[in-house]
Amino acid sequence: MVMQGQDKTPLLEVRGLTKTFPSTVALAGVDFTLHRGDVHVLVGENGAGKSTLIKVITGVYQKDAGSIVLDGKSINPQSPKHAQDLGISTVYQEVNLIPTLSVAENIFLGRQPMRFGMIDMKTANRRAKQLLLDFGVDIDVTRNLSAYSVAIQQIVAVVRGVDLSAKVLILDEPTSSLDRPEVEMLFSVIQSLKQRGIGIILITHFLDQVYEIGDRITVLRNGHKVGEHQLSELSRVQLITEMLGKELSHENGVGKAKSNQVFANPFLSVKGFARRGEVEPFNLDIQPGEIVGLAGLLGSGRTEVAHLIFGIEQNDGGDAYVNGQPVKLSSPRKAIQQGFGLCPEDRKVEGIFAELSVRENIILALQAKMGWFNTLSRSKQDALADEMIKALSIATSSADKPIKELSGGNQQKVILARWLISNPDLLILDEPTRGIDVGAHAEIVQIIKKLAQQGKAMLIISSELAEVVDYSDRVVIMRDRKKVGELEGEDINETTIMKAIAAH
Amino acid sequence: MSLKENSVQPDASRWGLVRRGISSGGGSRLLWTVVALLVILLVNRAISPTFFDLRLVNDRLIGSTINILDNAAPFVLLAIGMTLVIATKGIDLSVGAVMAISAATAVMLIRNYEAGATEFYYQPGFVMLIALAVGAICGLWNGLLVAFFNLQPIIATLILMVAGRGVAQLITNGQSPTFTDETLAFIGRGVVFGVPFPVFLAIGVLIVVTLLVRRTALGLFIEAVGVNDRASYYTGLQASLIKLSVYMLSGVLAALAGLIVAGEVKSADPHTAGLYSELDAILAVVIGGTSLLGGRFYLAQSALGVLIIQALLVGLYVSSLHPTTNLVVKAIVVLAVLLLQSPEFRQFATQPFRRTT
Repeated sequence: MVMQGQDKTPLLEVRGLTKTFPSTVALAGVDFTLHRGDVHVLVGENGAGKSTLIKVITGVYQKDAGSIVLDGKSINPQSPKHAQDLGISTVYQEVNLIPTLSVAENIFLGRQPMRFGMIDMKTANRRAKQLLLDFGVDIDVTRNLSAYSVAIQQIVAVVRGVDLSAKVLILDEPTSSLDRPEVEMLFSVIQSLKQRGIGIILITHFLDQVYEIGDRITVLRNGHKVGEHQLSELSRVQLITEMLGKELSHENGVGKAKSNQVFANPFLSVKGFARRGEVEPFNLDIQPGEIVGLAGLLGSGRTEVAHLIFGIEQNDGGDAYVNGQPVKLSSPRKAIQQGFGLCPEDRKVEGIFAELSVRENIILALQAKMGWFNTLSRSKQDALADEMIKALSIATSSADKPIKELSGGNQQKVILARWLISNPDLLILDEPTRGIDVGAHAEIVQIIKKLAQQGKAMLIISSELAEVVDYSDRVVIMRDRKKVGELEGEDINETTIMKAIAAH
Repeated sequence: MSLKENSVQPDASRWGLVRRGISSGGGSRLLWTVVALLVILLVNRAISPTFFDLRLVNDRLIGSTINILDNAAPFVLLAIGMTLVIATKGIDLSVGAVMAISAATAVMLIRNYEAGATEFYYQPGFVMLIALAVGAICGLWNGLLVAFFNLQPIIATLILMVAGRGVAQLITNGQSPTFTDETLAFIGRGVVFGVPFPVFLAIGVLIVVTLLVRRTALGLFIEAVGVNDRASYYTGLQASLIKLSVYMLSGVLAALAGLIVAGEVKSADPHTAGLYSELDAILAVVIGGTSLLGGRFYLAQSALGVLIIQALLVGLYVSSLHPTTNLVVKAIVVLAVLLLQSPEFRQFATQPFRRTT
């Protein structure tokens, strides 16, 4: 993109960086340029390559190809310690300092000022105090780090990083657990770092904050750099278009035909549902036979909505009604008793029982619903498993094969099958098509549509806009943990969704 | 599948294929466990020619094989409970201490009965039930710590392992009380059809628990919780209740084992009853092929693991080896059994004998 008359030599220049893992190309020839005193935002959806890029720059991973030039010198960091010695410091979302040591001890850990062979705490305390005061933070540095809020802890981590003569400071989602005044405190620290000529790489999911603090932005997608911009010249819609990899059509695209279904009373209705720090209060109705898409960027609160409704996290505000009756959705078990089912986002950790067979994975939810004593006979289990393997064309040589030996797409179908045999009224699918091959992708979209035709209420989270447009009767838009809008029928197309995500 | 894997092995001779074909089957571990038991028995026979001899004395079978079964009985009970606990990715270090508590409780109450005391006077049958209930309470305690307060199982049960012996000593006032009641003694030294009663007890419990977990969905639920705690929560399983119940079962079975030990010697020694038996129980479970990482479990194979350990101990007893070598020999043989079961080790050990063409 245009270089905006940057005449200074860049502080950090990454060229053609490539990193391959056994099954995926995480970075494919990525360029990245950071100037002194700039806040350069790095954005991208899951699997875009942000964290791989950071890990290569900080020496956690070794690059396969490409070059990294810091201050005119080619570098090849071998470890995070090495990167730090070169002048690249990182502050992670989860602060990795020692909570039981004092603030001053944390700042000087491993390089304490010494006096007569002893640690000179007095000097350490005085210098720590001064370092923090330079950033306008006045706290008692002799107290344990754990006595302070996450924001202060993060600032301490920043101060420690900067005092290690950092030239480049990487902030990995520093604001995701902070409230607004804390964010402002952190941002004022960032402003003074800019004035010192330190280059800052910021990873964040919050669009408002991107525009508030960022100077430049690099967008990654599927391991490629898809754009680099001066933020003052980039509209939100353009940014989202790039992140999601969609073209913005001017005539608003062809909306989908309005669904002819006459909706009865909603199956599920939630009012003012919320959980502090995760999702702001939202209303949502889902009718039987309706497919509701949940769209938004990563970190927008989509998964949190699904977790609240399924009882994985408990709401601390609002009410839920099933068929008009008030219900408490306080655990997945309670939600399942109301006729809900959920295919989770992280298939490996939350979905499959890796060592158990396909058959066992399929019958578990139904069996759990029936209780331990009312046991499905083996022949009934086999019949159910075989029926589902056929109906969803699950590719497995036998129902008794451990599910871990199946491909991702087939594992996903097994988890779908798990809920289908328990005949739910509401099915929540969190990224049902992520990480699966094209063929299985199309099949799962077909299954989704068929299930709605059978009268099931469907709530589907997906980052694939084309897919969301394809099957949704209604699309709920999430941004920064808020429900910010709803699109219906003819109004649903990729452009309207992206505009709704970008609006502010 | 396995053919493809083998074809990339540089040493995949036809022999290797056959061997790996056998070892990749589900029953391979069972096979090697049985082989290990038979080898130990045959070695015992070689050392002591009369090893398999059985005599009938006073309507009671006498012989080394009967001794093995008799000694194994309380450990089989412990191993059954331990297998289910381990399947949920837990461990129960307290079973030895629970044995001591149960034995102490039963013996103190039976002494009341014998003395015709005015309070805490119960019939022997009820005394046994009380001892089992005490075991259940111990299991409940462990289960609450693990399932509801999220303590790590090894720490949660370590607490009762240490404190339990103290509790048993408090119950007996630090003494080792004896009793004469034949009903309670029968549990440990009774003989039915010439065979010690504890053997029937162990086999009976093994069958009942196997039916309980395999004929209902309980076994699957236990395995599911052990394989993936989080996914089982998402699937609507009550993981906490399942964990609680396996710890309770482990407590009850440990209490039953404690009754056997007390009945055998007609006394309760809070210092030594069940001492270190949790370690032998864990060892038996591992020999039986249940992984300490949780998931799939094998009850009958855990019982076989107990038999291996006991066959070894009885073998050492009949051999002329000095008793001071027992622990070291036991450790060596157990290591050998575990290595025998490891496909990696078998491959390594048979390498020099394979044709390389």
